Amino acid sequence: MVARSVTPDVAQGLRRSPKRFGDTLFRGLSTGSGVAILALLAAVAAFLVGMSIPALTADAADLPFGEFWSYVAPYAFGTLWAAALAMVFAVPLAIGIALFLTHYAHKRVRQVFGYIIDLLAAVPSVVFGLWGINVLAPLMRPFYVWLHEYLGWIPLFAGPVSGTGRTILTVAMVLAVMVLPIITAMCREVFSQTPRLHEEAALALGATRWEMIRTAVLPYGMPGIVSGCMLGLGRALGETMAVAMVLSPAAVINVHLITSSNPNTIASNIALSFPEAYQLGVNQLIATGLVLFVITLAVNVTARWVIARRSEFSGAN
Amino acid sequence: MGGDGSPWLPNVIAVAPLRHHQRAGTALRSAALLLFSSLLLTSCALNEITDEASGTGTATGSLSGIGASSMSVAQENWIAGFQTENPRATVVYAPEGSGAGRDAFMGGGADFAGSDRAFSLSENVVGAFAGCAEGSVALDLPIYISPIAVVFNVDGVDDLRLTPEVLAAIFNGTIPTWSDDRITTLNPGAALPDLQITAVHRSDDSGTTENFTTYLHNAANSVWGDEPDGTWPMQGGEAAKGTSGVLSAVRDGVGTIGYVDASQAGDTATAAIGRADAFELPTAEAAARAVEASPVEDGRAEHDIALQLDADAPGYPIVLVSYALVCQQYNTPEKAALVKDYLGWIASAEGQQSAADRAGAAPLSPALREKVLAAVESVR
Repeated sequence: MVARSVTPDVAQGLRRSPKRFGDTLFRGLSTGSGVAILALLAAVAAFLVGMSIPALTADAADLPFGEFWSYVAPYAFGTLWAAALAMVFAVPLAIGIALFLTHYAHKRVRQVFGYIIDLLAAVPSVVFGLWGINVLAPLMRPFYVWLHEYLGWIPLFAGPVSGTGRTILTVAMVLAVMVLPIITAMCREVFSQTPRLHEEAALALGATRWEMIRTAVLPYGMPGIVSGCMLGLGRALGETMAVAMVLSPAAVINVHLITSSNPNTIASNIALSFPEAYQLGVNQLIATGLVLFVITLAVNVTARWVIARRSEFSGAN
Repeated sequence: MGGDGSPWLPNVIAVAPLRHHQRAGTALRSAALLLFSSLLLTSCALNEITDEASGTGTATGSLSGIGASSMSVAQENWIAGFQTENPRATVVYAPEGSGAGRDAFMGGGADFAGSDRAFSLSENVVGAFAGCAEGSVALDLPIYISPIAVVFNVDGVDDLRLTPEVLAAIFNGTIPTWSDDRITTLNPGAALPDLQITAVHRSDDSGTTENFTTYLHNAANSVWGDEPDGTWPMQGGEAAKGTSGVLSAVRDGVGTIGYVDASQAGDTATAAIGRADAFELPTAEAAARAVEASPVEDGRAEHDIALQLDADAPGYPIVLVSYALVCQQYNTPEKAALVKDYLGWIASAEGQQSAADRAGAAPLSPALREKVLAAVESVR
């Protein structure tokens, strides 16, 4: 009897719950956030396109920096080249750090170490720039001289060696340090989520620790590694201040790592040229920004595609 | 077409210089106004601040200038000094760059412009200036002079003498090492090592580069064929961002040489430039001497003081001369009076000294100052 009188209340309560204010509010907020990010992106894209059109449609003779595509080509190359070099340094190091933290380090070391790596992400890029010009560049110069002396026959190490060490190789190292915490954090997260059963199964079948990591941890973490790399690559592609400060730029396309003439990046070139640019020059610089936007978008789409393709046969899920 | 969207950006940049004038108010007031002016950007907000300052000057109204960033520190000082004296006047200077300043002035968007070069004869014609009275031309008034030092870093070498030809050859890469004959014959006493020369130039667009390349173009035309330009005209050589970037590249590098604003050179070794036995170091006094000896360009109107820098003049020849570009005749007498007051203050001995103290500029020589003041008086 008692139970019967309670039941309708409960049922009523259940029916009413979806209509609670909090639910409506939260749903609205989260939908709003989703829409807002799209609107923001659209606004940025519209700004870039709108400001670029005068430069893209103008006669090449009127453009203050010369014909647009030949102007932007060295910078587009430099952007990709510097970011790629940075990834060459950063990715193996980040994976190594993440594996050390999740599978080798003592628990207490793991925590302290984790904080230190995350701290790197909080350092402003202008500080990395100062470190690059005041510490890293002079430090690397003797090494560059040595590289040129013994490996100068490889085009990468062709001379003449820069007198200050402010080369694209130094920039790549600075960028690598900057993207390291991003990639490490992502890798650490996925490695620590490797199913315990996979690891123990590998060990039970007689795998050494390295073999266990190779067969259980890395395949499971691959999509995470790739997305971490893409996040890092995004930062490396767009980094402005550190590159503008450290690099000795020129409008050239070459793969020489240790000379004074290095291909500049798009973002850094905008930072360097913008203060004195006016009229069509502003439009032309923003148009190079649009090119950077497209490059970043293309890189991200490729990354998504790689992750999607990978997940089918990684055996992780 | 090009002008379609560009006003957007300069507006944003202009916020920064506006904030400078808040020094005059109390801390609380300036904090509130910082918010207020950055939100609304109204000129009445700025007038309000200056109302409170003390001063006995009679100048009133508001004056806006756009132009070279090289003289932005000096302009800040001039504005601060002028507004303290004349609490009812408001002057704003936006350091958006020489080119932007010249364009804004021609389009009538600024009452005066700051520029690292004078208007050329073909630019300075009747009808070219929307903001001036009908039939008025512009006046180029040299107001800011700063020597450009050639700094170098070679172990064991403190003094270096260079002729313009050798300097040009170093910077275009035709002299590859410090022990080259052309350098050693000029510096018989120096122990110049067999070391590769790394010549450092500015990676950003800059009036310093424009004036440096102007000098090389004029003084060493046989070696330096490139036209003067704010961006470095050739490939090759080391590049660094800003004065501080060039300076630290020279200091930290090996066998380096570069050019920077002399007031920033500090204790870095600087080269003496000249010919025969007349080598000069970049002092304010030597720079002013070279500017004084330089004649006004041929074909200029009476009060249009566009200097033809004489590369062989006595004194230190590599000089950045920045001009104030004003109308010969403004639309209203009030505007003309304010321009006269402000530029008269800039060109006064006191104004020049304040720029020398705070910005490291070389004060105008008395003779040139008289000339500029006479030109300012002629503004109507």
